[in-house]
Amino acid sequence: MTQLAAYTTSTGEALQFWVLGTVAVIGALCTVFMKKAVHSALCLAGTMIILAVFYLANGAYFLGIVQIVVYTGAIMMLFLFVVMLVGVTAADSLRETIKGQRWLAALCGLGFAVLLVGGIGNASLKEFNGLGQANSAGNVQGLAELLFTKYVFAFELTGALLITAAVGAMVLTHRERTERARTQRELSEQRVREGKHLPPLPAPGVYARHNAVDIAGLLPDGTPSELTVNKTLRSRGQIRDVSTEALNDLKALEQRAEDRLERPRPEEASK
Amino acid sequence: MNPVNYLYLAALLFAIGATGVLIRRNAIVVFMCIELMLNACNLALVAFSRMHGNLDGQIIAFFTMVVAAAEVVVGLAIIVSLFRSRHSASVDDASLMKL
Repeated sequence: MTQLAAYTTSTGEALQFWVLGTVAVIGALCTVFMKKAVHSALCLAGTMIILAVFYLANGAYFLGIVQIVVYTGAIMMLFLFVVMLVGVTAADSLRETIKGQRWLAALCGLGFAVLLVGGIGNASLKEFNGLGQANSAGNVQGLAELLFTKYVFAFELTGALLITAAVGAMVLTHRERTERARTQRELSEQRVREGKHLPPLPAPGVYARHNAVDIAGLLPDGTPSELTVNKTLRSRGQIRDVSTEALNDLKALEQRAEDRLERPRPEEASK
Repeated sequence: MNPVNYLYLAALLFAIGATGVLIRRNAIVVFMCIELMLNACNLALVAFSRMHGNLDGQIIAFFTMVVAAAEVVVGLAIIVSLFRSRHSASVDDASLMKL
């Protein structure tokens, strides 16, 4: 009876597996196919939480909690931080650099999945003992016993690995200033020497019509100047262009004025 | 339900992660797909542990988590420093091994 119970799981667990397993696969697919990195990260976090539930269902109570704390709590939040740091200009280009690479990659993935599933299907997995005996003294106690006896050397090595990783991350991201910071005088002298943009950058907005910061200011000839808009807005492509509208309005106004006053155009008059 | 189904799910997730690594070109998303593959391996290890009735599989899954945490820390630091020097997180742009 106990042997039979170990062979198949309870109906509740089967239901849980099919419902949450479907959601996990959907989450994994969304991770791969979502366009924005933030959406990918959130889908992956959902998949990881479901995997934590599966660990709990499989009797790995310690790992289930560690999965939630370490993966969804720490690692995914680290991912989100980096997405926010890198975010603005890091749009994934949809242009293919190698022709047909996407379809070939999808084909490879499909073939790989078929191979793995076929391999598992052909393997003789006749042994189902269940964790009842191994977990009899408590899952955490059982793990601790193994960790500090059989695997103690590997455990100490992971300590060294974690410290090395922390130092490595600091070395990679921390930039030591090797030269003195330039003073304001030196910076201004450099600007004069290079001979570009001595005065402050021109202001955005088209006066008398718009003064929003996302509208490029117009040059005397009526063309918009990209320089007037904030760099971040430029890289996001969020500049509103009203130059043609303004020019058309100006033309219509001149036309009306001309009609009413019945006199030659202002340019000709000034010549 | 046969507990082998957990192995099938792990295989599926691993294949999806591998496909993502091949398809995507945003370095951060590629990295997330690698995490997905590691998680799939962990699920398989936990299922093996249950089948064989000992805790060694769970210990190995635990070590995988530690190594994955270290890997994420270093990998994200590399991505951030690459982004600083190249202003792009696309793996196509980092084609030269120089800054």
